[in-house]
Order: sequence, then C-alpha cells, then structure tokens
Amino acid sequence: MLESFLQNLINALQWGSFYALIALGYTLVYGVLTLINFAHGDIFMVGAYIAFFAASFALTTLGLSGWAALALTIPITMILTAMVGVTLERIAYRPLRRKGANRLYVVITALMCGLILEHSNLAILGASRKAFPTLIDLKIYHIGGVTITNLNIAVILVTSLVFIMLHKIVTKTRVGMAMRAISYDKFAVPLMGIPLDNIIVITFILGSGLAGLAGLMFAMSYPVLEPYMGALIGWKAFIAAVVGGIGDIRGAFLGGFLLGAVEIMVVAFFPSTLRDLIAFTVLLVILTLRPTGLFGIAKTTKI
Amino acid sequence: MQRTMRCLIFTGLALLLAVPAIATDTIKIGFNIPMTGDIPKVGESSKLSAEMLKADINGNGGLEVGGKKYMLDFVYEDNEAKAESAVTTALKLIERDQVLAMIGPNSSKQAVPAGQVADDNHTVMVSPWSTNPDTTFDRPWVFRAAFLDPFQGPVAVNFAVKQFNAKTAAVLYDLSNDYSKGLAEIFRDVFEKKMGAKTVLAFESHGTKDQDFSAQLTKIISTNPDFIFLPDNYNQVALIVKQAHQQGYKGQFMGSDAWGSSELMTLCGDDCKGLYFSTHYAAAGATGATKTFIDRYTKKYGYVPDDVAALTWDATRIVLKAIQDTNGLTGKLKKDRKAIRKAMSNIPSFKGITGDMSFDEQGDPVKCAVVVRISDKGEFEFTESICPQ
Repeated sequence: MLESFLQNLINALQWGSFYALIALGYTLVYGVLTLINFAHGDIFMVGAYIAFFAASFALTTLGLSGWAALALTIPITMILTAMVGVTLERIAYRPLRRKGANRLYVVITALMCGLILEHSNLAILGASRKAFPTLIDLKIYHIGGVTITNLNIAVILVTSLVFIMLHKIVTKTRVGMAMRAISYDKFAVPLMGIPLDNIIVITFILGSGLAGLAGLMFAMSYPVLEPYMGALIGWKAFIAAVVGGIGDIRGAFLGGFLLGAVEIMVVAFFPSTLRDLIAFTVLLVILTLRPTGLFGIAKTTKI
Repeated sequence: MQRTMRCLIFTGLALLLAVPAIATDTIKIGFNIPMTGDIPKVGESSKLSAEMLKADINGNGGLEVGGKKYMLDFVYEDNEAKAESAVTTALKLIERDQVLAMIGPNSSKQAVPAGQVADDNHTVMVSPWSTNPDTTFDRPWVFRAAFLDPFQGPVAVNFAVKQFNAKTAAVLYDLSNDYSKGLAEIFRDVFEKKMGAKTVLAFESHGTKDQDFSAQLTKIISTNPDFIFLPDNYNQVALIVKQAHQQGYKGQFMGSDAWGSSELMTLCGDDCKGLYFSTHYAAAGATGATKTFIDRYTKKYGYVPDDVAALTWDATRIVLKAIQDTNGLTGKLKKDRKAIRKAMSNIPSFKGITGDMSFDEQGDPVKCAVVVRISDKGEFEFTESICPQ
C-alpha cells in the first residue's frame, strides 16, 4: 500500500510538472495583460513539433550523439517556440490592443489562433502521428518497491528550477517589476517611461519559451505527437492556473501539481472510470471555497 | 445586372438537373472513413485500397452489371474519427451524393451510430473493420466484413491461457470507445468463466485523449497479473506499452485487432516486439490472392497493407458483387438500393483475401481470426488461426 502510494506520488509529480509548466505560461500572460491566452496549449503543441524536427535534424543530419542533440534541441526549441508566441502577439493581440478592443474579443481571438495553429499543422504535416526519437537512454531505478526513471527525475527537477527562476525574475528584477507594474495599471505605466510593448513581448517570450520546454520534455516522456495533443492538456492546465489563482506564479506551480495529484490519486484509489468526475468535483469545491484560487487576490473585473 | 444574375441562376439550376442524366453510367459508392482525427492511418489505408480496386475495374472498362458496363465513382468523406461526424457524413453521402451503397465507418465508435442512419435511410452499409455486435444488430441494411467481438474475445482468452500459461489477467481499456469497452467486458466475462471468479485482477479504463497512464499501470502492476489485455487503438498502445516498461513491467501483453495498423511499429518501436494480438489477417507469410494483393499494394504505396486495407478491399468487392448480382440497375435510386440489399443477403459464400466468409441473418460474416506475433523485425507474423466452431 505504501509502495503504491509512493509510486503514485512520483507519477503525480511527473504528470503535474507538465500542468505546472503550461499553467506558468497562462498565468504570466494573464498577470501582465489580464488576457487568457487560450492559444497557449497549442503553442505547447507547436513546441513539441519544433522539438521533434530539431531533434531529428540534430540526430540524423548532423549525426550528433543523444546528449549533444539534446543540448542543441533545448535552446532551438525554446527560441523558435518563443518566436511563435511573439508572432501571435504581434499579428493577433497587439492590433486589437491598439484599437482598444474589449477583452472578450481578444480571448476569442486567442481561441481562434489556437485552432489555426492546430489546423495549419494538420494541413502542412498531415494527420499521421510522429514518433519522437529517443535522445537519451532511459534508465530505470528501483528503490524499495518504487520505480523511477532518469526522465521522471529530470522533468520534476527542471520544472522546479524553472519555477524558482521565474519567481526570481518576476519579484527581483527590473523587468519583473515592470511586469507587475503593468498588471496594476496599464495606462499609467507608459507615462513612467516603461516601454509597454517591450515588456509584453518579453512576457510572451518567457511564456512561450516555457511552453516549448514543456513540449520538448512532454515529447520525450510521451513520444507520440499529434496536432491536437495540446488542446486538452492546455485546457486542464488553464484550470490548474485558475485553481492556483490565475496571475500568481506560485499559484500556477502549485495548481499544476495539485491537478496532477488529484487526477492520479483518484485513479489510484477509486475506479478509474470515475476519474474526471471526481477530479473536477474536487477542483470545483476548491473554487467554491476560494473563488479567487489558492493565491489569487479578488479583483473587480475578471473574465 | 439583375438579368445576368437570373440568367446565371437558371443555367446553374439547369446544370444541376442535367447532372443525374449524364451520370447514369457510373456507380457511385460512398466511403465514410477517418482521414483526420485519432486514427488517420486507418482512413488512409481504406482510401488507398479502394483507389487500387477502382483503378483495376475502371481500367478494364468498368463493372459489368446486367450486360451493361458502368464506371465506378468513389466518394471519400472524412468522419474525423468522431461519432457525431460519422452520422453527418453518412447523411451527406446518402442524401447529397446519392450513393448506391456506403463503405465504412471503420471503427465501432463511428460505425454503431452511422449504421442507424444507413438503416433508417434504407441504404446498404458495409463496415470493413467494426467488430462491435451493435453495428449490425437488428439492422437489415447494415453488413460488415470483420468478425465480431463476442468471437474475438474468446480467441484472445484461449490463446493467452495456452500461450502464456496464464491464470490471471488485467485489462486496460478506453472508456469512451464502444469497441474497446465492449471487447474488454466480453474478455473479462469469458476469462472469469474459464479461470474462475476474480481472476481478472484489475479492470481499469482511460479516456481517448489521455497521454499519461501511470496511475492505472501502477494499480495493474501492483496486482501482478500474468498478462495485460489491451483492446486499444494503436496510438495508445504505443504509449501504454512504453509506460508499463518504464514502470518495470516485464510481462506479456495481449492485443486486439485495433493494434494492426502499419503505424504501430513506427510509434512503438522496440517496446512492442514479441507481443501478440488477434486480428483479421497476417501479412507476413500470406499466400494466393492475399499475397498478390499485399505485393501490389506494397509496390504501389511503399508499405505493407494493414488489416483495414485488406478488409476495405473485401468489403468493397462484396458490395460490387452484390451490385452485379442484381442483374441490372434501373437508375432509380430507391429501387436499386433495395435490390442491392437483397443481393447482399443472398451471397452464399464470398472468397475474400481475409478469408472465406458467408453472412448470417444479422449481416455478420462467419470467418476465422488469426493471432499474430510482432517479430523482431517489426513484422506481424502468423502464429495461429482460430475458426468459429
């Protein structure tokens, strides 16, 4: 019993890591722009595909070894995915912001951007799935009755490191201070000489870069890629961000792990047919008790 | 301006009316197949196989029905591997495209609801790949080319008990898939009847879009079963088998016919080698007409045809045979569809490339299943053939 609990704890940490990484992207953009970037799950999908092409290129065309290919794939994936996010901001969100459109229209635009990403992928690459190449050899460790792989450990560690770094950036640096300032007052901040657009671009670079990293690690852990892979996990990560208190980085991190843990533990101790029913009831109860999420602060206008 | 518009509309209408008159010399057959969505390879196999058949027959001047040659016209519509899209696709084919008969949908998730539409609209439907009994049950207009799950379930049980010397089993299935759920339940009932109560140690489910199965697998592995029965689509099989190995599971898996896609090995790789599944035909080591089909398909498209390709070939040929058996089409859609249905149920025995088959009163074929082993080269090797008693 204890063994299977510990095993499920590791399962939950691994699965929650992906929710946490994606939720961090949602919450960053929301915190700065109060925009729910519904395209984020699909940016994650694009990240996984970019990682696929980068890894295949490094392995076969350049003929690198697994570790070297990985070292090359990480920056390429993060940079290219960040560029996708920034492009979306440039061509879709910024013109709307300039025209002073209601936030509702921006959210709808984000949803549409997500669908465009999915379907352009379908149109360009076709519907058949891609198998992600093996970059590093999987090592399986047995500790007590618990099995853990080197990939599990890497995913959990990287997610935690990313969270700490992001937290430092937002709370300790000037850029972070500017981000927080924009979230307080979008109109007064440019008057103080803070370049609004640049800060927003930096936010999108951070958020989408993380989605790229999540895409890469996801593809390594679950090596079957398809155009719709980002939709469901993206929505669930959004729920995680809301439960944690959207706009707060600690909230997104904890919310992600909480959702992962609830999903895994429900399967572990109840019939698996009831998973989504019980998991989302739990989240609903949390939101009923704390409508602003675990770390959220009540604001008068929210979507 | 207004006059030109009116003129255009009238010409358009006239053309629309003229089309059926021009098209009398073709036979239109609709394909309700998944070209995008969860199982795109299944739709692709169906389409390529049908295209090959069409090229064969049209190349020979068309299909002869009652002394008259007809050219074949195949209409392919994508059902996105969704139940609701399969229904609208079926309606579109039957009403707008006015097809004589419909091939597909392939998996039971779409074939069960689409079968209702075909039956209500009095159009013959032949599902190549659906194995769930509900597809054809009490539907005189619906047929299939595949065997049924109540037959496939016992095949899997008997084979696993004999081959793995298994006394216990565990099952992991897709809750939102009629095929997977139905087969999992049949398997559980048959296994427990044979080996005693509570011998299926774990009976776990997951959702169609799931990518992480670690919690279910932890639960299954902790009960230490002799093997895991996995009636799942090939894309999920790849993830589940890999994750089970990552959790240190070294035992056997037994699969079902939904494994048999040519994409399984590109997604699953070494992890799936040495596993067994029950299916409709084995490509490696085939003989006769089956081998000719496999060789031609492989040469034309560059990969070995999977069971869907072979079953689509058979399903389409059965329909064409029935059309020939009507001894002449009248050109009246309702009458012709009725004649085809009658001819379908009168086919005594059909020599297909997936085996000989005859239809029972439910429109289901009586035919054999094979169990294949995935070899170290990634080929599906024939292991055993099991026929209905």
